[in-house]
Amino acid sequence: MPTPAQSPHVSQSNSMVSNHSKRSPARTSPTFEVSVVSPPSTTDVLVDRGFRGLAYVFAWLTIVLVCTILYEIGGHAFPAIQEYGLSFVTQSTWDANNAQFSVLPEIWGTLSSSLLALAIATFFGVFIAIFLTQDFLTPRVERVFTTIFELLAAIPSVVYGLWGIYIVIPTIRPIATWLHEHLGTIPFFSTPLSGPGLLPASLVLSIMILPTIAAVSRDAISAVPNQLREAAYGLGATRWQVIPGVVLRTASSGIFGAMVLGLGRALGETMALAMLIGNSNQVSLSLFSPANTLAALLANNFPEAGKVEEQALMFAALILLAITLGVNMIGTVIIDRTTRRLTGGTS
Amino acid sequence: MNSPATTTADINTPLNIKWSLRHRSTLVSVGLSGLTYFIAVVACIPLFSVLTMLIWRGGQHLSLRLFTETPPSAFAEGGGFGNAIVGTIVMVGIAALISVPCGIMGAIVLAECGPESRTATIVRFCAKLLTGFPSILAGVFTYASVVLVTGTYSAPAGGIALSILMLPIVMLTAEEAMKSVPRKMREAAYGMGATQTQVIWHVILPTALPSMLTGVMLAVARAAGETAPLLFTALNSNYWIIQDGQQALMEPTASLAVLIYNFSGVPFKNQLELAWAAALVLVLLVLTVNLCGRALADSQKHY
Repeated sequence: MPTPAQSPHVSQSNSMVSNHSKRSPARTSPTFEVSVVSPPSTTDVLVDRGFRGLAYVFAWLTIVLVCTILYEIGGHAFPAIQEYGLSFVTQSTWDANNAQFSVLPEIWGTLSSSLLALAIATFFGVFIAIFLTQDFLTPRVERVFTTIFELLAAIPSVVYGLWGIYIVIPTIRPIATWLHEHLGTIPFFSTPLSGPGLLPASLVLSIMILPTIAAVSRDAISAVPNQLREAAYGLGATRWQVIPGVVLRTASSGIFGAMVLGLGRALGETMALAMLIGNSNQVSLSLFSPANTLAALLANNFPEAGKVEEQALMFAALILLAITLGVNMIGTVIIDRTTRRLTGGTS
Repeated sequence: MNSPATTTADINTPLNIKWSLRHRSTLVSVGLSGLTYFIAVVACIPLFSVLTMLIWRGGQHLSLRLFTETPPSAFAEGGGFGNAIVGTIVMVGIAALISVPCGIMGAIVLAECGPESRTATIVRFCAKLLTGFPSILAGVFTYASVVLVTGTYSAPAGGIALSILMLPIVMLTAEEAMKSVPRKMREAAYGMGATQTQVIWHVILPTALPSMLTGVMLAVARAAGETAPLLFTALNSNYWIIQDGQQALMEPTASLAVLIYNFSGVPFKNQLELAWAAALVLVLLVLTVNLCGRALADSQKHY
């Protein structure tokens, strides 16, 4: 390919016209020189400048928005930060009447529900990503399955919550009861499942982050160069020697990025958890006991909060913001790096 | 050198490439493939379970009065959620009015004006951060910056909260759409002496329009289902947004999602059934918009 004309405008178009006329001198005529190509008028240039300036203003709005979010939440949380300081994250009372606020159980619940959901969703997500990329299906069936998994993400969170209350909890209650009765000595099963709890919340949460993990891992796996796979197949490897040995190993950092992004989603997910986790301020190892998360705490307490509780909730929001922004930032950076490495190294 | 017969035998012995289940690796491979199919099918169950439950429990009570009446009080019979549907549409409309122009103008910078510039890099990073931004925090932020300032829960506040969630989706999909416009078209226009603005308006935007629309529809579908940002920005209401000829835009506003949340935990049968019916309507709405957006994107690929 010849070098494409990068910067346009009159000089270039004129030279193209003259080249053309040189090649076919027979057609050179005065009318040909008067071409429709004309330099932009002053108005055009001014409009151009104005429009591009406007576009930059709107682009900057995004940056301003992120900064304002940090400033507003941080600013409103400031009185509570001064008041409670570090004890906010090390104690476990939330008592609006005595103005005692701390969020250790919420942080614990947020992390444990998200990590549990992440473990389940990664297991399923990676298998689904393999299923969708490693020639298990014809392209048309593959499209159908891709749509199904993506639609999982389209169902609103509050509908998952409703479904969780009336379907998931009754379904897993017999299993949970059996586990508690027979293996109750293990701390994970030490309490009976009375209704809402950590396990149903994590199960529903894992369904909600599954599409993210599956889609990002799928992209990472499809970015694995075909030559690598074919070379392995050519050596006589079976499909399941190639997939863990070559495909997953090459795509591992992308899959790790998918996990981090999925974790970010899980940490910030609100409604389904607010409906399913039981909103109880306790730190417990048991999978079946009610717990609470930062996001659910905000959803439940914010509407009726007084002035002081509101500041404490803003502090909790700031902690949630810091955790999710940190996790998402790490995930974005990992994925950017992986794509750059895989696409840059092979072409 | 031996005789040809031995040579072929030597080559043949290690090259045993017959497919047989008796090889351990083949057996493992078949087993794991079966497991993969099984897992894929299991992962489809939640979607179908949600849909069948919605149709079963919500579909029973689907009737016209749901769309024309306001929510009932605790022990009352009947009632509907017409005001919540209107509220959802109004707030998503406000959100789209804010986020679509901002998102597309931002995407113009990301894709056209200076894809490699520092502004673009920072904006892209901010947009990616916002995609993972917890929806409840959009509500908290809007509460602090809009509700506290205007002094009231309102539909515009809800719309602003939703627009924060829509903005990154619109912006990043529009960027991809503009980047996929063939370079030749761009260069042809520049070669005619067009300014960058003319190229954007007459070449890039018309060509990228269907894909950008897909992004907008996906964003609308997401926003319509969001509850958390509305909980303490629009709150809830049992009245229409226009009641007795008076508009109540700056009053608390109902939405389908918040209605489902409020009615999901109540012990009153009628309200609970309304929650299921509302969930069915909401999911139908969201899935229709979502699938239309996807169909639009698919129809583009044939060109």
